[in-house]
Amino acid sequence: MIKLENVTYGFGPAELLSDITLLLQPGSFHFLTGPSGSGKTTLLRLCYSDLTPTSGHVYLFEKDASSLSRDEVARVRRRIGVVHQDCQFLDHLPIAENVALPLAAADRRDETNDLAELLAWVGLSGRAGALPPELSGGERQRAALARAVIMSPDVVIADEPTGNVDWEMSLRLLTLLVELNKMGKTILIATHDLNLIRSAKAQVAARVLRIRDRQIQLAGADL
Amino acid sequence: MSRFALPALLRANSQADRVVPPSGFTARLTTFSAGAMAFLAVFALALTFATGRLADRWGQELARTATVRISAPAGQVAAQTAAVLAVLETTPGVASARALGDLEERALLEPWFGPDLPLDTLPIPQLVEIFETAEGLDADGLRLRLQAEAPGAVLDDHTRWRAPLVGAAERIRTLGLMAILLIAATTAAMVALAANSALAASGQVIRVLRLVGALDRYIARAFVRRFMLRALGGAAAGTLLGAVVIALIPEAHTPNGFLTGLGFQGAEWLWLLTLPLGAAIVAFVATRIAAFRSLRKLT
Repeated sequence: MIKLENVTYGFGPAELLSDITLLLQPGSFHFLTGPSGSGKTTLLRLCYSDLTPTSGHVYLFEKDASSLSRDEVARVRRRIGVVHQDCQFLDHLPIAENVALPLAAADRRDETNDLAELLAWVGLSGRAGALPPELSGGERQRAALARAVIMSPDVVIADEPTGNVDWEMSLRLLTLLVELNKMGKTILIATHDLNLIRSAKAQVAARVLRIRDRQIQLAGADL
Repeated sequence: MSRFALPALLRANSQADRVVPPSGFTARLTTFSAGAMAFLAVFALALTFATGRLADRWGQELARTATVRISAPAGQVAAQTAAVLAVLETTPGVASARALGDLEERALLEPWFGPDLPLDTLPIPQLVEIFETAEGLDADGLRLRLQAEAPGAVLDDHTRWRAPLVGAAERIRTLGLMAILLIAATTAAMVALAANSALAASGQVIRVLRLVGALDRYIARAFVRRFMLRALGGAAAGTLLGAVVIALIPEAHTPNGFLTGLGFQGAEWLWLLTLPLGAAIVAFVATRIAAFRSLRKLT
C-alpha cells in the first residue's frame, strides 16, 4: 500500500532520515515513535508525498511517487487521510464545511449525506456551524480526524493526534482510529505517548516502529 | 482544460470559491482598477469610432468630387466656363458638373471675409464643381484637355490635401486601438498583481487544499472565478459610467468636426458590451497564469 525503499531525507549535507525501508500492508496498524526532532513528521510527510526523498523511492499504491504528476499526487492523497499535529483548517469556513472539504475538492459535493453521521461519530454534532478558531484543542483534533476519513481513505496517517488533548480525549480518539482499522483501514500514527500505545495494543495488533539515529527500528518489549 | 473553460467557470457553483478567504483590499482594488480601465476604454473606443467615421467621410465623399478653378480676364470667364462644362460633359467618369453661382461663391468666402464681401470688385475665379461616378475620372487626362480648351482652368481633385487628412485620421484610429490594447494589458497586470497578493496571503489555504487532495485547477478555479467576477463587475460599472458621460457630450452638428463627433452611433453602442466581457477574459487569463505559477511555488 505504502512502501519506502532505502529512503534518505536530509537538508543539505545533514541527513534526518537514512536508508529507511518500510512497508505498510493493507489493514495494518502502526505506531511511529521517537524523540522530538527524530524525523517522525518528516517520515509521515514522505508517506503522503508532501516531501520528496533525497534518495530512495516511495511507492504509493504501487506507483513510484517520484513519477507522479501534481494532479496524480492530489488524487493519491484522496486515498490517504491525514491528521496534522496542528490541525490546519480554513478558518473562515464552518467546521462542517471544513470536514466536507475533501469531497468539495474532489467535486463530490453531492456525497455529503453522511456528514451529520460523521460529525456525530466524532462527537461534533452540536459544533457543525462553529468556526475552527472557536473549537477547543480536542474538538479540532476530532474535526481533523473526521475530515481525514470522510473520503473513506485506504490509509489514515495521524501526526501526534492526541498531542493537545487530555487523556480521556486521547482514548476517545484512539478508539475512533481502532474502529477505522477494524473497518480495514491502514493506520499509521506518530506519537511519543507510550501509554496511548499500550492502550492501543490491548485493543488491536499494532506494530510499533521507532526512529533512532536516523534509522527505523521495530520497537520491542520495552514498550 | 475543458473543466476550466470560461463558460464552465461562469456556471460553476458559487460555493466553489468560498474556499478562498475574503480579501477586502484586493477585491476593492481589482474592482476599482477594472472600472477605471473600462471607463478609459469607453473613450478610446469612442475616439476610434469617431476618427474612423471621419476618415471614411473624408475618404469617400471628397474622393468623389473635384473642382475646376477658372482664372481668366473678365471678358473670357463665361466663354472658358462654357468650354470647361462642354469638356466635362464628354469626360468619362464625370457624373455631373455645374458652375457655382455668385451667391454660392459668396457663401464659401463668407467665413473668411464676412457677409459684406463686394464680390464684383474682386477677381474671384469661377468655380466648377464636378461629381464623379463610382469609377472616377482620369485627372491627368482631364488636365490636358482643359489646358487645350480653357487655358485659365485648373483642375483640383482634392488629392493633395485629402490624403494627409485621411492618413492622420487613420493614425488616430490606430492610436485609439493601441490605447485599448494598452488598457487591456494594464488591466491584466493589475489583476495579476492583486491575484498574486491574494495567493501569497492564502498560503495556508492552499496547503490545506492540497493536503485534502485538491487539484491545482480546483484551487486556481476558486481564485480565477473570484477575480474574474470582480473584474466583470468593475468593468460593467466603468463602462456604464463612461457611456453616460459620452451620451452627455453635446453634439455640435459639425459633420467634419473631430472632438464634436466623439461618441457612438447606432449599433456602435453595442461594442460597449464587449468591454466588461473583455475585462473578464483578461482577468481570467491573468489570474489563471498567476495562480498556476504561484501554486507551483507554494506547494
